[in-house]
Amino acid sequence: MAEAVHLAYLAAAVLFIVGIMRLRQPATARSGNLVAAAGMLLALAVTATQISYGNMPFILPAVAVGAAVGAGAGRRVRMTAMPQMVALFNGMGGGAAGLVAFGEIWRGLAQGGALPLPALVTGLVTVLIGGVSLSGSLLAFAKLQEIMTGRPILFAGQSALNALLLAAGLAAGVDVAATSGHGALLVLLAAVALALGVGVVLPVGGADMPVIISLLNALTGLAASATGFVLANALLIVAGALVGASGTILTLLMARAMNRSLANVLFAGVGSVRAGGTGAAEGSVHPTNAEDVATLLAYAQRVVIVPGYGLAVARAQQEAKDLMVALEARGVDVKFGIHPVAGRMPGHMNVLLAEADVPYDRLYEMERINPEFERTDVALVVGANDVTNPAARTRPDSPIYGMPILDVDRARTVVVLKRSMAPGFAGIDNELYLRDNCRMLFGDAKASLAALLQALKEVDG
Amino acid sequence: MRGGLLPEVDVFVLAVFVGFSLISRVPSVLHTPLMSATNAIHGVILVGALVLAASARGPLEVALGTAAVLLATMNVVGGYVVTDRMLEMFRRSPGGEGAGGSGRG
Repeated sequence: MAEAVHLAYLAAAVLFIVGIMRLRQPATARSGNLVAAAGMLLALAVTATQISYGNMPFILPAVAVGAAVGAGAGRRVRMTAMPQMVALFNGMGGGAAGLVAFGEIWRGLAQGGALPLPALVTGLVTVLIGGVSLSGSLLAFAKLQEIMTGRPILFAGQSALNALLLAAGLAAGVDVAATSGHGALLVLLAAVALALGVGVVLPVGGADMPVIISLLNALTGLAASATGFVLANALLIVAGALVGASGTILTLLMARAMNRSLANVLFAGVGSVRAGGTGAAEGSVHPTNAEDVATLLAYAQRVVIVPGYGLAVARAQQEAKDLMVALEARGVDVKFGIHPVAGRMPGHMNVLLAEADVPYDRLYEMERINPEFERTDVALVVGANDVTNPAARTRPDSPIYGMPILDVDRARTVVVLKRSMAPGFAGIDNELYLRDNCRMLFGDAKASLAALLQALKEVDG
Repeated sequence: MRGGLLPEVDVFVLAVFVGFSLISRVPSVLHTPLMSATNAIHGVILVGALVLAASARGPLEVALGTAAVLLATMNVVGGYVVTDRMLEMFRRSPGGEGAGGSGRG
């Protein structure tokens, strides 16, 4: 019987891996998620045959309420609010891992140190990581949902305080492990973990929050994996390790795409390292109007639309899609060029455009679209800024120097839809706007695109 | 040391390598769904929560276990629902679809 359970858990782990394999291509991604869900169902069904049913009056309502709340929130959330939703669910998982480890250790201490040392140590680590993930994720949710300010909150001695908290947590953990007898110190460890999660996320600004959510996702995976050590459950170990690995890679990818090191994201706060290096760019801004841009687009052969966060904020995905359809009806070749961090998370912009029914084979990643700009008649930049700044290629003194960008400046004409000349997240001027081949169409992205569509209808009229 | 945790450490290290090699090849188009899907997968902690809750004795243990089950269930169900919603929206252009499956994409 024990062998059957073991093999079923192994099958569930295989289903998780196959699911992730299928998530690597858009065509099979949805089925991949279902395969992973099937693995989860199998794991839970097997677990249900293994546990005693004395506490079901508590467990069943918890499952029912959790499923109802999770499914309801998951169905209703807007796609633009996806990052904070992931943060919230992630916090739940981290909290659950912390609680399980806390419960197991507490029971062990109550029974006179019954937990063997390796399990005790991994359990203490889980309490620490799980607590950080719970409170950190909730704070990230609050910042992105604009329940509180999204700006970095910095104060003197912040890093020292965090280091002190970490040291206190480790000391409490070591004491519990060494003496197997201080329940109060276990509670202190949990409290310190919660405080540390808040301390780590406070100095992070809204723009950097996806990096932190990804990091917390990886941490929750590790916490689940560590819980597997406590419970001697290989499935928890494997699934948690998979998530820990993926979250780590995503975190590094995101930080690299923003040209920031992880340490910089965690400790600096956006803006505080951006003081120097703006440099005086020369030239003048060329404002334009919807009619001129419509004419330009109508007689172009190749158009690349570059959507940024401004498009998401203005909820202009549908208008962008309508523009694509209208141009294609005139025989214009239209592609979308997507920067890895367009939107708020890698791939977020793809999800937003998919929601507006833009077929995914029109979406081109940065590496694939950049060689095309030389042959592009019009690059239409909608609400993107820093990711199009040529200073990243040309000015070694610029704070964004070295960041991978979309080479829109190489198109014959660049049209930038933008609310104002205000700088982007990086807080620097974009010299693209002063180039001779650049036109600025000022206004809200949604309104500007609607005006473009209207003007396009009148081009021949 | 109850035989130690070395077999578990082996499994952990190998799983980490599987995770790295699987995920480093995912196109950035799918990073957000992937993050959401893996977020749902770590909801497998629900297995641990069920074990704790079912074997709990005394009000404190029952409270801890029940809370863990509640949180983990939200993580699992919400995670899969959100991921499915995202992926449902990924469609090819009308010409690229069809029973025979063309070579596009």
